[in-house]
Amino acid sequence: MNIVVCVKYVPDAQAERGFEESDLTTDRVGVDGRLSELDEYPVEEALKIVEAGEGQVTVLTMGPQGAADAVKKALQMGAHAGVHVCDEAIAGSDAVATSLVLARAIQKLGEAGPVDLVLTGMASTDGVMSVVPAMLAERLGLPQVTYASELTVDAAARSVQARRDGDAETLLVTAQLPALVSVTDQINEPRYPSFKGIMAAKKKPVSTWTLADLGVDPAQVGLAASWTTVEQVSARPPREQGQVVKDEGDGGLKLAEFLTAGKFV
Amino acid sequence: MAEVLVLVDHVDGAVRKTTTELLTLARRVGEPSAVLVGADASAAHDTLARFGAAKVYVVSSADVVDHLVAPTAEVLAQLVERTSPAAVLLPSNGESKEIAARLAIKTGSGLITDAVEVADDLTTTQSVFAGAYTVRARVTAGTPIITVKPNSVTPVEAPAAAEVVPFEPVLSQAALGARVTERRPRAKTGRPELTEAAIVVSGGRGTGGDFAAVEAFADALGAAVGASRAAVDAGWYPHANQVGQTGKTVSPQLYVASGISGAIQHRAGMQTSKTIVAVNKDEEAPIFELVDFGVVGDLFTVLPQATEAIEKSRG
Repeated sequence: MNIVVCVKYVPDAQAERGFEESDLTTDRVGVDGRLSELDEYPVEEALKIVEAGEGQVTVLTMGPQGAADAVKKALQMGAHAGVHVCDEAIAGSDAVATSLVLARAIQKLGEAGPVDLVLTGMASTDGVMSVVPAMLAERLGLPQVTYASELTVDAAARSVQARRDGDAETLLVTAQLPALVSVTDQINEPRYPSFKGIMAAKKKPVSTWTLADLGVDPAQVGLAASWTTVEQVSARPPREQGQVVKDEGDGGLKLAEFLTAGKFV
Repeated sequence: MAEVLVLVDHVDGAVRKTTTELLTLARRVGEPSAVLVGADASAAHDTLARFGAAKVYVVSSADVVDHLVAPTAEVLAQLVERTSPAAVLLPSNGESKEIAARLAIKTGSGLITDAVEVADDLTTTQSVFAGAYTVRARVTAGTPIITVKPNSVTPVEAPAAAEVVPFEPVLSQAALGARVTERRPRAKTGRPELTEAAIVVSGGRGTGGDFAAVEAFADALGAAVGASRAAVDAGWYPHANQVGQTGKTVSPQLYVASGISGAIQHRAGMQTSKTIVAVNKDEEAPIFELVDFGVVGDLFTVLPQATEAIEKSRG
């Protein structure tokens, strides 16, 4: 089973995230970056699949220099090889361009040996759009089995089945490989890299590719190529703390009073 | 007047509140045409007509219903081709965002997700980074595709014809790759739906697994019940009720957090609520930084006391 896991390097959500004043893109320099939390789940899932049978997990990312850290973390968890697509022209790319670059990279990986499964997380923690997995499926012509909270891979039958929990109902979805699967944070508990894993990661192969390596025209990516534009970004004034009372036997009464005064009752 | 396609959000043909919001927004821009997939118009027609749909394209093809996302994207792409609409509006749930994503690529159009406002010139407003920033943006290529969060606008009735137009899409083989083999409807709780509710009362780690006080309080207010990630991970409440970055994002009039510390992942899910209240034993809990009103105390005494007072005042 040859699995490619797409991961993203994102500004740490616990830090103060913001935007570049010059072009209103996300500030990816002034804030520490890390492997997106939600991308640990597909890495873990890929490792479990390969450990149950056989195969290889390649982790793929697109991002600035620092994104190599995201690849490194996945390798430390146990992924076998990494690919980092890094090119100045990519800066400011939207989801559409991101999916174009990642799709080309997956196709290039496929030249070395057929890719059976492309795994992603359910959303990035910065953009939080949840659209790149579907766009990848569209571009690669793969069945999409997305938002999987439970996943079964039948390597012999070359099929996958997922449980997908929606608002109003839960679905069971099935597809033949090769397929694109996105997984939620309900699917597993990502492992912490072991000391052995951290040491082993240093020797694992990581390729760095540019747009030229992928045959992608720089005019198709980057800020200028985007099909949307941001006109204005304004910081919301932080919420001011209102009244906080200590319960001295009447906390509930005070709460009811507040709600009545606010016409919530 | 240009058409605006609106993907209908429904459960077995019964139109959800989000659709009435989308129709209201669509009317600012053009003439709404609802697109109803997976049900006939009998249950939906009245609501769609009341809220301004001039047309209802009805797609009853079993292949569309039985396969995930991709066929609906093809339906919309073919309707975009046929009607050259001013925009396509969809709800902001997972499935619809994926449909929107594929539609964007098929039609070479820009996509904006999770808008909380859409102006008549199709400029959108979004709330990002857990509510820390407000962004104004616009699509600059193709047919603007916009997904809109629930509770973004008050629906306004504007009766229209809602002329039913059956539509048979031509589906590609590639769209039929992911098959739905089973559907399990979620049990109805009798409470309002989380993302649509005007009031949400959530419980967290502090409940210790006992949501009785939270539920009774919610019922006194006619509220939906939410849960923090800790509560869901512990198996105390279903994931469908999770409020937070990896659950639902809500923006109700009133949000009450009980026994919830207020980690950033939770705040990302409720930070734009109009009024925020918290009850927590720990006065250092970060949630108190956000509140309009807070009680430092035990939710097992505070909530029942408040519930009783509210019920009494009703007489």
